[in-house]
Amino acid sequence: MLSALPIDRFQFAFTVTFHYIFPQITMGLALLILILKTQALRTGEEIYNRSARFWIRIFGITFALGVVTGIPMEFQFGTNWAQFSREAGGVIGQTLAMEGVFAFFLESSFLGLLLFGEKRLGPRAHWGAALALFLGSWLSGYFIIATNAWMQHPVAYLIGPNGRFGLASFVGLLGNPWAWWEFAHNMTGAVVTGSFVMASVGAFYLLSNREHEFGRLFVRTGVIVGLIAAVLMVFPTGDSESKMVATNQPATFAAMEGLFHSQKGAPIAILGQPDMVKRRLDNPLTIPRVLSFLTYRRWGAEVKGLSSIPENLWPDQVPLVYYCYHIMVGLGTIFVAVLVICGFLLWRGRLFHSRAALWALMLALPFPFIANTAGWITAEAGRQPWLIYSLMRTNQGFSSQVSSGNALFTFVGFMGLYALLSLLFVFLTWREIGRGPGMV
Amino acid sequence: MATVWFCLVSLMLAIYVVLDGFDLGAGIIHLFVGKTLEERRAVIGSIGPVWDGNEVWLLATGGTLYLAFPELYATGFSGFYLPLIIVLWLFVLRGTSIEFRNAVESPVWIPFWDVLFGFSSLLLALFFGAALGNIMRGVPLDASHRFFEPLWTNFRVGAVTGILDWYTILVGLAAVAALALHGALWVALKTEGDLEQRAARVARPLWGLVVLFTALITVATFALQPQLAINLRRYPWGYAFPALAIFGLAFIMIFLRRSRMKAFLASCAYLLGMLSSATFGLYPFVLPSRTDPAFALTIENSQAPAYGLHVALVWWIVGMILAAGYFTHTYRRFAGKVRPGEGYGH
Repeated sequence: MLSALPIDRFQFAFTVTFHYIFPQITMGLALLILILKTQALRTGEEIYNRSARFWIRIFGITFALGVVTGIPMEFQFGTNWAQFSREAGGVIGQTLAMEGVFAFFLESSFLGLLLFGEKRLGPRAHWGAALALFLGSWLSGYFIIATNAWMQHPVAYLIGPNGRFGLASFVGLLGNPWAWWEFAHNMTGAVVTGSFVMASVGAFYLLSNREHEFGRLFVRTGVIVGLIAAVLMVFPTGDSESKMVATNQPATFAAMEGLFHSQKGAPIAILGQPDMVKRRLDNPLTIPRVLSFLTYRRWGAEVKGLSSIPENLWPDQVPLVYYCYHIMVGLGTIFVAVLVICGFLLWRGRLFHSRAALWALMLALPFPFIANTAGWITAEAGRQPWLIYSLMRTNQGFSSQVSSGNALFTFVGFMGLYALLSLLFVFLTWREIGRGPGMV
Repeated sequence: MATVWFCLVSLMLAIYVVLDGFDLGAGIIHLFVGKTLEERRAVIGSIGPVWDGNEVWLLATGGTLYLAFPELYATGFSGFYLPLIIVLWLFVLRGTSIEFRNAVESPVWIPFWDVLFGFSSLLLALFFGAALGNIMRGVPLDASHRFFEPLWTNFRVGAVTGILDWYTILVGLAAVAALALHGALWVALKTEGDLEQRAARVARPLWGLVVLFTALITVATFALQPQLAINLRRYPWGYAFPALAIFGLAFIMIFLRRSRMKAFLASCAYLLGMLSSATFGLYPFVLPSRTDPAFALTIENSQAPAYGLHVALVWWIVGMILAAGYFTHTYRRFAGKVRPGEGYGH
């Protein structure tokens, strides 16, 4: 392998995928902890405080891993994607620096207070620390999403005499409409993850016949918050995002849907494997005209297929984009279904006695992570061949002076180190869950 | 505008070194001053609530560097590829050892993380010093402002240098000594009993080492980096920076017996003085060239376009005021000695 480009891509993909396991938990839990603390303040019942304490401990472990795996992300912009940084730093340097200055300081200061300051702070100030942590982690999410949104849909920039991008409007960069929908969709996704984590631990306690009170509270909170988030994730956020992709990134959209040929009244593909040579879906299972309707709200509207777009503008991994998108949408639909059923049982007062529903909630744990990851792969692999959509190709952005041998050295190192971190994370959270909220 | 940002990034970096410096230093001396597991827990307890906040300064500095000097960020980070990634790994190991050390009460678990914590802190200080050395010495830039350095070549300061040569190793060792001293003064300030006494005792020989290394790197740097003498001649007020370092160093010894707090603050002054001398001596270069001086990166040719720098100044000031608020709050809550049983951890 002469060029380091594929290794740079694999390394970034690997490290960011691993990293994002943690922030989706913490961003989701931050909201849930705030809800628990609010309940504690309103009702004065100790169970909410004890539950919050338990989840803050899980949050603490997860946050630590999120931080240590997050630093390599910021560094890699410079180490492996130097040409991209050189040209785009004038724009995205803004959002990345703002994350450090506004969000990280806030989070790191208030997490300490939340973890160790409950006695000294008193209930109101401790609630305030939970609020600050929630704001910090969601703000951090926004700055990263705004950075990504600029790469997906560049706005508010100018091109300087040396060909470098510069910022043209600060408000324009932060107000990028792409960023707001992406943020809303991503954050509802994180809340779904957090809610399933909470509900799943609660279901585990109820099925193991221990921690009954906490188990019920966790299941109830997880199901209610999760249901709201899962519905918002599909509509309006998911719907609006896919419409934006259809309008601005037609090749990406066609790859996501597996639509090879432009069609009026286009069908939506539920199943089928893209055959890139014959340019069709094998054994397709489709629903006629639905894609046209979902995209343009007209049953007969024309949707652009891949063949109407020059091949050098296609994502370089069409099947990957197709599968990831389908996994995301499929799982999202299943989440809504599971949560609607659980919500109904909860309303009828039967959820805590329905072993089947509790088993389903407990076993659902890995799937929101898969859905969130698949969604991100759809966005990132879907943006290819562009690093900055329509402005800079991915093969122009990497660090040309870092050889493939050196890049592989660090990639292998990251894999080894992260294998260790996964073991540590599973071990420590498992222990916390085993100890249970009754102990704290 | 570029000069303003040069000063702001230098300031953030200096704050980072002073703050994270003491927790790195506490890590370096951790195994030597903490004789029992309890004492080692107290060393970690003394940095527990603040170390990750301190590390955030590095992230914020990196982000601000990216914002203000994207060309430097790109060229520097890709050229220093290997040491930077190794530094990342060390950060991961160090962060996990602090966070997870106290998670399991076991005679197998705790010593493992203690050794890892000490080892990674030591190597981080060494690499940070070597990084500063690389910047002071200059790197082999080509006409398109690119370079790549292997970890080492023949350890000589020649045209094809590696990250490590005799000069950068020297600066690395100086950093280890200076941060170990800084950490020892912090531990003495924050702990009690035998541990406090031992930390204060170890500060003495460390101080001697720091004096020695300071003299050595000063001579070597003047020999290798002509810009230092040029700037001092052009702006004589710049002598204030090395003077700050010298006074700081002297006052550490003077206060060592009398006031833990003042000795620690003197060490902060020393570090600030050394770093500001270094950045003052480089100006207007941000990455000097060992090949043709025309290939060097300066604040002018590596800065971001003007509009972005102007807007950023506004929000940067707001953000820094907020951050200063959180930090004052955190450190005030955490004032005084760490008592046993008030330990940090799970």
